[in-house]
Amino acid sequence: MRRLLWPLAVLAALILLNVAFSPGFLSIQMREGHLYGSLIDILRFGAPLILVSLGMTLVIATGGIDLSVGSVVAISGALACLQISEDASVFTAVVLALGLSVLLGAWNGFLVAGIGIQPIIATLILMVAGRGLAQLITDGQIITVNSPAYKLIGGGYLLTLPFGILLVLVVLGVTAFLTRRLALGMLIESVGGNAEASRLAGIRARGIIVMVYAFAALCAGVAGLMISSNVSSADGNNAGLWIELDAILAVVIGGTSLAGGRFSLGGTVVGALIIQTLTTTIYSVGVPPETTLLFKALVVAAVCLIQSPSFRDKVFRRRGTAAGPRPAAEEKVRVTA
Amino acid sequence: MTPPAMTSGRGALRAVPARYVPVLVTACLFVAMFVAGGVRYEGFAGGQVILNVFVDNAFLLVVAVGMTFVILTGGIDLSVGAVVALSTMISASLMAGPGWPPYLVIPLVLLIGSTLGLVMGYIVHAFDIQPFIVTLAGMFLARGLCYTIGTESIPIEDPTFTAFAQTRIDLFADLWISPSVIVAALAVLAAAYVLHYTRLGRTVYATGGSEQSALLMGLPVGRTKIAVYTISGFCSALGGVLLSFYMLSGYGLHAVGMELDAIAAVVIGGTLLTGGSGFVFGTVLGVLVLGLIQTVITFEGTLSSWWTKIFIGLLLFVFILLQRLFSARRRP
Repeated sequence: MRRLLWPLAVLAALILLNVAFSPGFLSIQMREGHLYGSLIDILRFGAPLILVSLGMTLVIATGGIDLSVGSVVAISGALACLQISEDASVFTAVVLALGLSVLLGAWNGFLVAGIGIQPIIATLILMVAGRGLAQLITDGQIITVNSPAYKLIGGGYLLTLPFGILLVLVVLGVTAFLTRRLALGMLIESVGGNAEASRLAGIRARGIIVMVYAFAALCAGVAGLMISSNVSSADGNNAGLWIELDAILAVVIGGTSLAGGRFSLGGTVVGALIIQTLTTTIYSVGVPPETTLLFKALVVAAVCLIQSPSFRDKVFRRRGTAAGPRPAAEEKVRVTA
Repeated sequence: MTPPAMTSGRGALRAVPARYVPVLVTACLFVAMFVAGGVRYEGFAGGQVILNVFVDNAFLLVVAVGMTFVILTGGIDLSVGAVVALSTMISASLMAGPGWPPYLVIPLVLLIGSTLGLVMGYIVHAFDIQPFIVTLAGMFLARGLCYTIGTESIPIEDPTFTAFAQTRIDLFADLWISPSVIVAALAVLAAAYVLHYTRLGRTVYATGGSEQSALLMGLPVGRTKIAVYTISGFCSALGGVLLSFYMLSGYGLHAVGMELDAIAAVVIGGTLLTGGSGFVFGTVLGVLVLGLIQTVITFEGTLSSWWTKIFIGLLLFVFILLQRLFSARRRP
């Protein structure tokens, strides 16, 4: 629980800041059978980022990193919109787009596990080529589609909640079940801790790595569908631009170590929410939206420094590792959670 | 040429020391592309086509040289594109607003770039955070600063800058280059000198080869790491100045994705991403190959611009595969 303390504190501080600037921030209304409110908006617009971050969490847990998710977001959206604009059914379009995403992810996994290329570089290939591929699919145009069924994925409502939020909940639930109730999570962590040792212990490390990258790409594919369906168009150039960086940020803020070996799904969700809330906050506080990046930089720097053991040693050396403040800190978690 | 002890007796390729092979492969690729282009397109096989690649990519070359230092130590610098944009933005706004003279603006920009690099290097070294994430934060910071200065593109009308942008330096036989190419060439020569003839260069290779061994040998690893990020920051700022000559404007969206081009150039140039092996000259070839791809696509006419990205991706893949093969062969 202590790992979630800092992210939750930051999220709470951000929300408090919002409440201070716009008192109606926390109110959630029911209008025409749909839930409305700033908090719902944060969840709705943050849904693609949460999905991509979930996939990224597992990749980072194996000690890897996936830079190509932004490109996969663009490719999946582009393929789905192309299919729909050519009168394919929404179901076929979605299946094709997600299938291609999984294939691309498996390719990344093959490069990392099969050939043994460093993850940053292996996925850099698809990050560069993938943008080109997405533009190739859309022929450099922005494809607009007009399909109510497709619109549901990113912009629709089901059971009073935005469909995107439900989708995230389902993916989160399935992932949490697979990794925390079954042995899969432990296997992933052991591969991240030491791939060779876990292979010798009888774990099929390669299979797990390929699976993790395929999963990350699948999540990115779903996020791509959401993003393109929300604006009813596919833009090969700009869809999912920089989402890989935001996702990595979310994972790091959530307390998952970039070195691999352990991960926290809850932390990642909180991290993604922090990033989305930060964006909203900047609008509501009245700071020019262009400075979002500046704030992100400060948040990343702060979170990374706080998480770095040597930084804590250097700065908090005088206070020592006294057990005094720790219990109090855990109290706070319970309050904010 | 090479001592017989280095050859294993099979094939001519083995006669070349392994560390030169990646650079030679890139050189062959470049020559092959150039010859193929010359056969296929009219007016391609001239010296000016190659010089134009230099003219259009002088800033990328400078940035890639800085990146080579960082990658040689086994690190990575994602902030270069953002620092380039920040440099164009600062120089444009200082000259347009308060009307600062260029001889004040340029040193200031170089100083800012180096300082950013220094701070990132210090954080990487002192707090033991991955270079990837530190320079990512640096990237956000620099882009954010750009937008804080202004969201619109700021034109540069300073006479020195425009003169610099329009000057053509005539070489022999109708060939010409821009002054930026000379700056880039000087940067390459300086980098080659530092890497091969100074203590800093030695330590850079040693750190990349094995940080642990370098530390045990008593080499100043920490100082070197800080130095390479500072060099990269300086090169990015210099690249930014060259880009503002080329574009004659400052804009927060200049050089988006340039960090990838720079990394691609370094990798295609044969520098090992794990550090410790590679040459600045290889990076020059890498930039040339990237530039030539764009030239070929322009000459082809019917190919759309996104094919550039696909080709660069494919090339990256092939070269990384080669790297794997070579490093696998070295470790028996």
